[in-house]
Amino acid sequence: MSGIFSRISMIFRAKTDQALDKMEDPRQTLDYSYQRQLELLQKVRRGVADVATSRKRVELQATQLSTQADKLTQQAQKALEVGREDLAREALTRRSGVQQQMSDLQAQHAQLQGEEEKLTRASQRLQAKVDAFRTKKETIKASYSAAEAQTRINEAFSGISEEMGDVGLAIQRAEDKTQQMQARAGAIDELLASGALDDPTGTAKDDITLELEQLASTSDVEDELARMRASLPSGSGGAQPAITGQPAGQAQPVPPVQGYAAPQTQPEAQPGAGDLR
Amino acid sequence: MIVRILGEGQWRIEQDVVADLNRLDDQVEDAVQTGDEAELATALHALLEEVRTQGQPVPDDELSDSDLILPAADSTLVDVRELLSSSDQGLIPG
Repeated sequence: MSGIFSRISMIFRAKTDQALDKMEDPRQTLDYSYQRQLELLQKVRRGVADVATSRKRVELQATQLSTQADKLTQQAQKALEVGREDLAREALTRRSGVQQQMSDLQAQHAQLQGEEEKLTRASQRLQAKVDAFRTKKETIKASYSAAEAQTRINEAFSGISEEMGDVGLAIQRAEDKTQQMQARAGAIDELLASGALDDPTGTAKDDITLELEQLASTSDVEDELARMRASLPSGSGGAQPAITGQPAGQAQPVPPVQGYAAPQTQPEAQPGAGDLR
Repeated sequence: MIVRILGEGQWRIEQDVVADLNRLDDQVEDAVQTGDEAELATALHALLEEVRTQGQPVPDDELSDSDLILPAADSTLVDVRELLSSSDQGLIPG
């Protein structure tokens, strides 16, 4: 071949030789490398789990954003109902921003899912290789002849070492993609926190909601005032006694604190309260 | 000969197909040297497709060295250069 890619295969062989030179007895080498393979397989599985976790987090965020978009649509409708076109326009503008975020997120989510699938396949492949190595290891051990064993281990191990490097690359790529997604997710979290995107959980109210509520409460207040005005002319005299009656009620619990004269003071206190009137 | 596509696995290729692969590999090498990302994508895709269609997949439980290792289908110029430079250092990538 033209050589450009065959240089890459050197990477794996160099690694293999390094790993194998540490041991003198080929049978020891076999057990050692099998151990290493199991460790790596463990690492690969953790990698798959990490990517899956990130993917789920992104899914959660996409759901939040879609709730957000729905909410903004409702707000726009509500704003139109009370005749505030400017508010409705603002809400729709924000919604298109949120939708943009959503579609970006979805594209990256698909990419991440692809990586996850690849990684899962790679991990299954590695598992098969490791299993094959275990079988071969026992065969080699049984028919042990130092020179022959060493050669066969070298072959077997560089086969599996390649696979490890391969899976290692797949993990790294998936991690890179995950980090991209996490950076984006973090940015969205910050936007939510700063209020640029409002919190879809509804714990904090954004300005559109506030203004709509203000409009609603203003009209409620006007209605109430109108009703009150209507009933005003006859009601002014009757309200007073009800208000002054309150101090009399509060005075009642006080006398028992004096203790010894409780039964006596209580009847006295009530006429006293009556005097206030 | 056995060819590995990174991230996908190994394929066994007959000797008479290798000449074709060589031609495609040259295109990939040119693209890397001229730094043409689009050209690299096209050439790499053609090369990998050739391997996939002409080769026999090596079973997962067979342990064998690859004679040749090709970058993953969606590798960028940076990725390929990195693979090549790390091979100079004799380190396992990833």
